[in-house]
Amino acid sequence: MTLPALGWQGLVVLATFGISLLIATYCTYAERVIAAFLQDRVGPDRAGPFGLLQPLADAVKLFTKEEFFPAGANRALFVFGPCLAMVTALMSSAVIPFGNFLQFGDTIIHLQGIEINVGMLYVFGIVSLGVYGIMIGGWASNNKFSLLGAIRAASQNISYELAMGLALIAVLMMSGTLSLREITLQQSVAGEWHFWNIAKQPLGFLIFIVCAFAETNRTPFDLPECETELIGGYHTEYSSMKMGLYLFAEYINVFVASAVMSVLYFGGFNFPFQYELRDWLVSSRGLELVTAQNIITILGLVGLFAKIFGFIFFFMWVRWTLPRFRYDQLMRLGWTILIPLAIFNIMLTGGLITFGIIK
Amino acid sequence: MESLSKRAKVLTKKPMTLAERAYLPAIFQGLSITMQHFFRAATKKQVTIRYPEETRPFSPVFRGLHVLKRDEAGRERCTACGLCAVACPAEAITMVAGERKKGEENLYREEKYAVSYEINMLRCIFCGLCEEACPKAAVYLQADKMAPPRFERDEFIYGKDRLVEPVTPDNRSKRGIQLTPEQADKLRSQLA
Repeated sequence: MTLPALGWQGLVVLATFGISLLIATYCTYAERVIAAFLQDRVGPDRAGPFGLLQPLADAVKLFTKEEFFPAGANRALFVFGPCLAMVTALMSSAVIPFGNFLQFGDTIIHLQGIEINVGMLYVFGIVSLGVYGIMIGGWASNNKFSLLGAIRAASQNISYELAMGLALIAVLMMSGTLSLREITLQQSVAGEWHFWNIAKQPLGFLIFIVCAFAETNRTPFDLPECETELIGGYHTEYSSMKMGLYLFAEYINVFVASAVMSVLYFGGFNFPFQYELRDWLVSSRGLELVTAQNIITILGLVGLFAKIFGFIFFFMWVRWTLPRFRYDQLMRLGWTILIPLAIFNIMLTGGLITFGIIK
Repeated sequence: MESLSKRAKVLTKKPMTLAERAYLPAIFQGLSITMQHFFRAATKKQVTIRYPEETRPFSPVFRGLHVLKRDEAGRERCTACGLCAVACPAEAITMVAGERKKGEENLYREEKYAVSYEINMLRCIFCGLCEEACPKAAVYLQADKMAPPRFERDEFIYGKDRLVEPVTPDNRSKRGIQLTPEQADKLRSQLA
């Protein structure tokens, strides 16, 4: 890789980082507005036009709140918990291919933080690490409710990671690669939407999205932080920006989960008729192939973010619709329904591949 | 065991159907209900009143902040008879009476007037008995003004500077003016 290309790649990494933070910031606002609309209310509309400066006001509030350390808490781990949650949440967005590539002269910029051939494993590894942030924070608080929330988070994440991984295996059987970029490009055959994995893996997607809800600790699986039973769960004792980091990490996780689902099942940065559009730009508009490809890439980037925002909306929509599962229901759903279903899905996919129905 | 009342209801615990056990139909039903509310909130007018910009209309018989009225010539009507203070169940009204001097006929209608007239808005229960008691039609509770919140207790003791209505008629409250028959009918229909 040449030096300028390396510089561009660094910019892409920084942009990914910034976009993750920005989206998480505005998720707090979106969550409140969507919650309000679903409940026939108005929502935040005081700070700025339509309340758009509300996240800023929240940040100022969180930064100026008292830094509270509970008696008997392990101070170092108490600070380390939210840091770890935040760092792991931010790290996982690095391998998401947000767009194809932009070409200026000889410089080719891939719109992806880092391209590694085990991208999917990397995401899974980092997401699994994320539970340590919750675990450590809950344990270091020296509070029974926090500890209960942390233990719930750990067991829940382990249970649902299994089903999630098994659902993913069916996709990997078709793609034959762990690279998210490769998986995206494979879904772009002729640019048709029915080559997206959702058409081949509807059951797998259903399992995956249910597990994604559990992995990000969102309602109906928000048992680690259920307000009614555990008064906030693992972040009961947290105040100020440490609390803010936990909340932020949750929204970044939602963003990453949405991005991963868009890439794995909804074609990533592909959109219908992209090649037809490119050819039309070249033939009818007289653009160079490179320019046309750049336009397609940017449109694909916008399309991917539209898909991601759709999923984020769905996450919030579900949160304000469904009540929380009971703990035993959660475990029963995970172990006795989702995992057998995922295994069945693997066998089904295997059979279909063997008989050449899908590939 | 025989039931004590006839209201006992026999419950049958039916096993759930497959659709019910699969959660998903019920989930989609719930999602569609919340989505209807989403679009209703986005398109129709919400019931929320955004307070500082919008205010709820007061009832026409609302009893708010007091006012000391002037007559048609702009003279203070109050003659400091003290009937309002006597009528007041909360003992919120105090006044000091004084004699009108020569040359003050354009300021005070009667020969005796209130040198000071104070109402403690923290004591006042806004019952309107002072309004009923006043023989000179001088004190009224306005239908469109409230005693606003303040930081100091002293500031709730309203003196004549804040009670007597301004000389310019435009700023005067609507209350205390003789209603025309049409206005009276309208008010009656609103109250009914």
